[in-house]
Amino acid sequence: MELYELTVHVLQDKLRAGETTSAEITASVFGRIDAVEKNVRAYITLMRESALAEAARADEKIKKGEIGALTGIPLALKDIYCTKGVRTTCGSRILHNFIPPYDATVVEKLRAAGAVFTGKTNMDEFAMGSSTETSFFGVTRNPWDLERIPGGSSGGSAAAVAAGECIAAFGSDTGGSIRQPAALCGVVGMKPTYGRVSRYGLIAFASSLDQIGPFTKDVEDAAILMNVIAGYDPRESTSVPEPVPDYREFLGRGIEGWTVGIPKEYFIAGIDPEVEAAVRRAITVVEQAGARCIEVSLPHTEYCLAVYYVIAPAEASSNLARYDGVKYGFRSEENRDLLDMYKKTRSAGFGAEVKRRIMIGTYALSSGYYDAYYKKASQVRALIKRDFDRVFTDCDALLTPTAPTPAFKVGEKTDDPMQMYLSDIFTISTNLAGIPGISVPCGFTSGGLPIGLQFLAGHFQEGRLLQIASAYEKHANIEKRRPSL
Amino acid sequence: MEKIKITKDEVAYVAHLARLSFGEEEMGRFTSQLNDILLYMEKLSEVDTTGVEPMTHAIAQKNAFRSDTVDSSLPSEISLANAPAARGNCFEVPKVIE
Repeated sequence: MELYELTVHVLQDKLRAGETTSAEITASVFGRIDAVEKNVRAYITLMRESALAEAARADEKIKKGEIGALTGIPLALKDIYCTKGVRTTCGSRILHNFIPPYDATVVEKLRAAGAVFTGKTNMDEFAMGSSTETSFFGVTRNPWDLERIPGGSSGGSAAAVAAGECIAAFGSDTGGSIRQPAALCGVVGMKPTYGRVSRYGLIAFASSLDQIGPFTKDVEDAAILMNVIAGYDPRESTSVPEPVPDYREFLGRGIEGWTVGIPKEYFIAGIDPEVEAAVRRAITVVEQAGARCIEVSLPHTEYCLAVYYVIAPAEASSNLARYDGVKYGFRSEENRDLLDMYKKTRSAGFGAEVKRRIMIGTYALSSGYYDAYYKKASQVRALIKRDFDRVFTDCDALLTPTAPTPAFKVGEKTDDPMQMYLSDIFTISTNLAGIPGISVPCGFTSGGLPIGLQFLAGHFQEGRLLQIASAYEKHANIEKRRPSL
Repeated sequence: MEKIKITKDEVAYVAHLARLSFGEEEMGRFTSQLNDILLYMEKLSEVDTTGVEPMTHAIAQKNAFRSDTVDSSLPSEISLANAPAARGNCFEVPKVIE
């Protein structure tokens, strides 16, 4: 096996045992990038030189016995995290030349843990999309089938992990943007509880929904990365001062005696039959692992999409007001006056999907419509959260499909925004309620496309989520395949 | 006939509020797409929300106070480094007042 194919925990063991070096691992990853990136196009910016220097420093430290939580491990970052001195575009023309003067808190934490950064990955513009097709920097391809999309918005990070172009990666999840691409690319993707991980330096999309999380090759790696990034940050006032457990301790504990809820509203018409069959098989596996599965109801599920497409664009229209061509980023040429500059800059700087959402959000917040849209959606959101609060009094976790279909073809849904929005139908409710969720691989379609299974748990129950995900991973024994690139 | 939730004139007004401008063809496409999306959102009116407090954040937190102490901040030359145009210690923009 090549080094780039291995997990964080296996590489850590090898580094500790002196069987390999960070320089070798990093060279293996960049060798893989040289071989497949022209087809996958997972990255917007590669950080080869600084990565090799970080790897050399990591090897010095390892020699001295100073091994941190991630020393010498090559990781990729979605291009939505501010990285000091490294261009950060958010997939948009309007930030095509933006070089942040500071690191996001998560980036700082990863640096302090000794990580090596391979580069910044492609994404839907401002994280608005489910296919990574709205990026100003081109479309990322699904490593399992290059004619298909990798999911989105964090499609570059998911594809990079699946293709072996990094050991693990980070993304952000506002309505499923970690879990859906993880499912479509056959990797593990986790969205923590809102407030569990600091959003400082994460370019904002919808501030009451955005959350940071990892993409990994297995559940143990997700626990390792969560240990590094979770926790309160005084610079981020919505991060929560709850104690952070050692997430690795939850792995291997098993789920004997657990009650797992199967929400009946998540098995709807329109779900791909092969996806449904794989998820039904997963229910049997969870039962074999000692849990009791019961049908539960989340009656407001059918309203999640409508609530999300009021609240997320409303928050986005406010967050994206800052892109005006004044302080950073793109500015249009030949402006008559300030107003003309704002309009020309924003109209040329944003792509169609971002403009569409700014328009929906501005409309929903405008005078005369606020009560009918934003206030109403916020009330229904409260009912959606109540649904979850109620089922978690009986259930330790919930089990659902992650996405209704496997990866679709490039261009298949770009002309129909409503069809595209439906691919997040099983992931959106999690963000509205603020609870954590994880997607783990649960098999393949007959055509060889990965299928994802989602577990959900109550607020701050990441440990229990990792516990059930690792129990499933162990009992399901999903065939280890690699994309043939 | 399809229901009309939003007209071209309203789209033009919202575009102005959002500091965006559209060409004729783009305006037509946006009006029809926004109309579809707003029609879908009518679903929300099915839900009885009488007496339900609107939810703004997932995790109930009271005021997040911190002590009012001076911390490090970015020097102005670094703050200006990404500016499309700057002069002296200021961001430069086209004239605002005739």
